[in-house]
Amino acid sequence: MVFERRAERGKPPVEPVTLKILVAGGFGVGKTTMVGAVSEIRPLRTEELLTEAGRPIDDTDGVEGKRTTTVAMDFGRITLRADLVLYLFGTPGQERFWFMWDELSEGALGAVVLADTRRLEDCFAAVDYFERRAIPFVVGVNCFEGAARYPAESVRKALDLDPDVPVLLTDARDRESVKTVLIGVVQHAMQLAAERRRALAT
Amino acid sequence: MSGEGQRSGGHWFDDEAGPVVRPYAMTRGRTSSPGQHVLDLIAVVVTEPDAGDPEDDPTLAPEHVEIVGLCRDEPQSVAELAAGLDLPVGVVRVLIGDLVHAELVHVTRPVPPAELPDESILRDVIDGLRAL
Repeated sequence: MVFERRAERGKPPVEPVTLKILVAGGFGVGKTTMVGAVSEIRPLRTEELLTEAGRPIDDTDGVEGKRTTTVAMDFGRITLRADLVLYLFGTPGQERFWFMWDELSEGALGAVVLADTRRLEDCFAAVDYFERRAIPFVVGVNCFEGAARYPAESVRKALDLDPDVPVLLTDARDRESVKTVLIGVVQHAMQLAAERRRALAT
Repeated sequence: MSGEGQRSGGHWFDDEAGPVVRPYAMTRGRTSSPGQHVLDLIAVVVTEPDAGDPEDDPTLAPEHVEIVGLCRDEPQSVAELAAGLDLPVGVVRVLIGDLVHAELVHVTRPVPPAELPDESILRDVIDGLRAL
């Protein structure tokens, strides 16, 4: 489905409500692949420059002449309706760029933590991050070819997840599979919001 | 990341050599815009319908003019503008701040942080995803 966001002659352009979902996980786990599987645009890249002054502990061995570093974030867009647009942001992989996560996660609907069962420890940090900030997230286990399949419950145990965090097996290349994961994020966010409202009411 | 620009012969070409103009030169060295809190990556920039021709304003850079043009036909998010103009997000934020100040564009804010959008919007998102 393609929606026309362009302004019709004489009419002001539609100002859409925008929402975002984050896709987090270790390096090479398939974040950009997942974004690309459902995005209506080829994933775009935004960059932010960091100056050396802001990163005193950064390892710059071998690049002594380099004064700035670029943090890249890939993102995609899904126009759900002319006035409702969902953006997906792949979070920067390296932990030293976590200050960028704070900005990204502000106002986010929720997140997907993409996990590879061969390197489950790569997503510990992301799980921890979203838990601490009470950001709704689901764990998507990317079923790589050649990787042993584990039941979702084993992954839940290994990651020590709260019982209400959904764990979904997925294929980051497959559009239908990724749609299911994203719907899972929104449903989980709704559920948590409802629980919070109930807690406030009592 | 840092190794990418290194060629075997020690030469850099094109993009690998880095920008010809240092990006923050476009903002005249400013890293923030007065009276502007940080714009979210999904904040949407809309050109004011009655905005005049930005090229008439000598204080505006070509990148300012480009943003006004891009957001006239189709409102764009901060992230899309940064990707489209191939500029760092921080630079684009300053440029947008200038344009808001000049009343050439306005910015629609996404759902405020720490607040979940309306349940009906969330239902619309689920329905929209199912229908993809």
